Amino acid sequence: MPILTYREALNEALSEEMERDDRVMLMGEEVAEYDGAYKVSKGLLKKFGPKRIIDTPISETGFTGLAIGAAMYGLRPVVEYMTWSFSLVCYDQIVNNAAQVRYMSGGQLSVPIVFRGSSGGGLQVGATHSHTPENWYANVPALTVITPAFPDDAKGLLKSAIRSNNPVCFLENEKLYGYKDEVPEGEHLTEIGKAKVRREGSDLTIVSNSGSTHRALNAAKILEAEGISVEVIDLRTIKPLDFATIAASVVKTNRLLIVEENKPFAGWGAQVAYQVQRELFDDLDAPVHRLTSLDVPQPYNGRLEQYVLPNEERVVAAVKEVLA
Amino acid sequence: MPAADPAVKNAKTNTSSRLPELQPAQKIELFRQMVQIRHFEEKAKQGFLSGKIKGFCHLYNGQEAVAVGSISVLNEDDAVITAYRDHAHALARGSDANACMAELFGKITGCSRGKGGSMHFFDVKKHFYGGHGIVGGQIPLGTGLAYAQKYLGTNRVTLAYMGDGAINQGAVHEAMNLAALWKLPIIYIIENNEYSMGTSIARSSAGDPLTKRAGAFDMAAIQANGMDIDDVRAKTFEAVSLARTESQPTLMEIKTYRYLGHSMSDPGTYRSKDEIETRRKNDPIEIYKARLLEQKIATEESLNAIDEEALAQAQAAYDFAEASPEPELETVYEDIWTPEDQIPEFQPNHR
Ligand SMILES: Cc1ncc(C[n+]2csc(CCOP(=O)(O)OP(=O)(O)O)c2C)c(N)n1
Ligand SMILES: [Mg+2]
Repeated sequence: MPILTYREALNEALSEEMERDDRVMLMGEEVAEYDGAYKVSKGLLKKFGPKRIIDTPISETGFTGLAIGAAMYGLRPVVEYMTWSFSLVCYDQIVNNAAQVRYMSGGQLSVPIVFRGSSGGGLQVGATHSHTPENWYANVPALTVITPAFPDDAKGLLKSAIRSNNPVCFLENEKLYGYKDEVPEGEHLTEIGKAKVRREGSDLTIVSNSGSTHRALNAAKILEAEGISVEVIDLRTIKPLDFATIAASVVKTNRLLIVEENKPFAGWGAQVAYQVQRELFDDLDAPVHRLTSLDVPQPYNGRLEQYVLPNEERVVAAVKEVLA
Repeated sequence: MPAADPAVKNAKTNTSSRLPELQPAQKIELFRQMVQIRHFEEKAKQGFLSGKIKGFCHLYNGQEAVAVGSISVLNEDDAVITAYRDHAHALARGSDANACMAELFGKITGCSRGKGGSMHFFDVKKHFYGGHGIVGGQIPLGTGLAYAQKYLGTNRVTLAYMGDGAINQGAVHEAMNLAALWKLPIIYIIENNEYSMGTSIARSSAGDPLTKRAGAFDMAAIQANGMDIDDVRAKTFEAVSLARTESQPTLMEIKTYRYLGHSMSDPGTYRSKDEIETRRKNDPIEIYKARLLEQKIATEESLNAIDEEALAQAQAAYDFAEASPEPELETVYEDIWTPEDQIPEFQPNHR
């Protein structure tokens, strides 16, 4: 199987879907002539031309709303945000228009659109540029929220997202763009709404997503050396939530730690913890634990930012706390 | 784009006030500030390339006459707010170069205590309100500063800077309408350096020149040549007078050029080396230097001495930043709530 970076896998997904369906087009700041701020759209302008790969002015509200309107009329736009932090400028368009129009029209309209771009902290770009806003979008009914952690899922899930007839928020992780792994060639579709066990274990389950899945896997390796066997579930899709996969694992290990990069208040992990205690109370040998970023804005200073993020040492310590 | 137009577009200027002629020492001070900024940015570049400065770092080389010239016509207590390309505005406002460099290094001695970084400088004592990372986001804020200035009867004004790319954000237009409608003492300054990242102005903005956008709001509009600090001063002074005496906003477009990449991470493939080389020949510092020499206000030697001093100051700032301590980990919990808000219900241990 070819080895691709997460970035190349996304590029392949875009390219294949644009070849398959000429109603798919990509719009965003610097996506065309500059090849994308993070080079995800590299070469696509050359391949598909300026009608389908479109550089926009810095007008997130305008081009997001425009793309939603175009989707209502039958196009299948992919909208790139240079980072998801900038989607806050057009939060209204995504929440009030993309997510509501089908319901409000009694099912007359659908909005087959993908909003995608980089997200996450750890790059010392400060409070305005480091958001992990999957929770803010997952809170909205009718939005699908996807956060791939590996190149194969980046490709398979982006292809599925583009084929979905629903509005999808697709949050890539800036720190993973260079991450390399095997990616199936050609038609590779990953089912939306399915979590994946990325590592099997018996003592405790970690549920995580995106960059935090890598933190969890690294922590699991460290813990293995100490004789602790950790199962790691990569959520992949935040919404719809794959509770069945989480439940099957918790029933096996009887212990659950949730690791997410979001700020703690009402994150997706809180929802998982709620459902687990509600439905699997008797299967738990310890209270569900949840590790998040600290409840503070993102500092610029590197040491402080690492302290704020749910780093590997904190994951290791949290696992031991649950097992104690 | 047409060359800078000396005439105010909408005839709403205050013609009574005239920009006072500068004393020789004041002219030399303007030169010093521009050179100081150039050396500061060169040091910042060095810090970034050696891995001591992280994140995004947007440098100001080529644009010095804009911040220095426009801020030089303000009173000390007028307000300034800008985007992420903010080092020069802080320095021109009189912020301590050591504190600015320390911010780039993320140190506790930085002007934002190491929490803001390059894009988020703040120095409220100097009436510098940041340093804002979201394109266009500072423009409604600046409008609010002007609103409060008027509300409180301060007779102060606000300069709110943005890039040529930022002009296409909806928030900018909403704010300009409010300022015109409510007659707020603000000057919106577009620093038109011809590019927003890799997008040339022709590919991002309909309507030329950008000052035309003021027309819809019946707002005064004016263009200036950002390579000529005297022109920047004269035009900004007209706008500031209009704001101060009649509480009317102005949209200014100052034509300039950035020599370096959009940020330190920009490969710069969207423009030619030739273009940059040609534009560098029209350098705002060199132009002003020639003028000072021609006016016999300074000698080559005296200006070189100023240059040497500025270089030494930038090096001292760099050394200060390097030697400064890292913030303590506990500081992440500071500066979130103001003390007044620390009512019992907000305390973590409150029962
Ligand atoms: C809302 C938002 N969208 C996108 C960005 C990314 N971004 C940062 S600077 C920039 C270009 C801005 O260009 P311009 O306004 O001309 O200012 P200049 O950099 O030339 O000073 C872009 C797209 C951002 N910071 N905020
Ligand atoms: Mg610009």
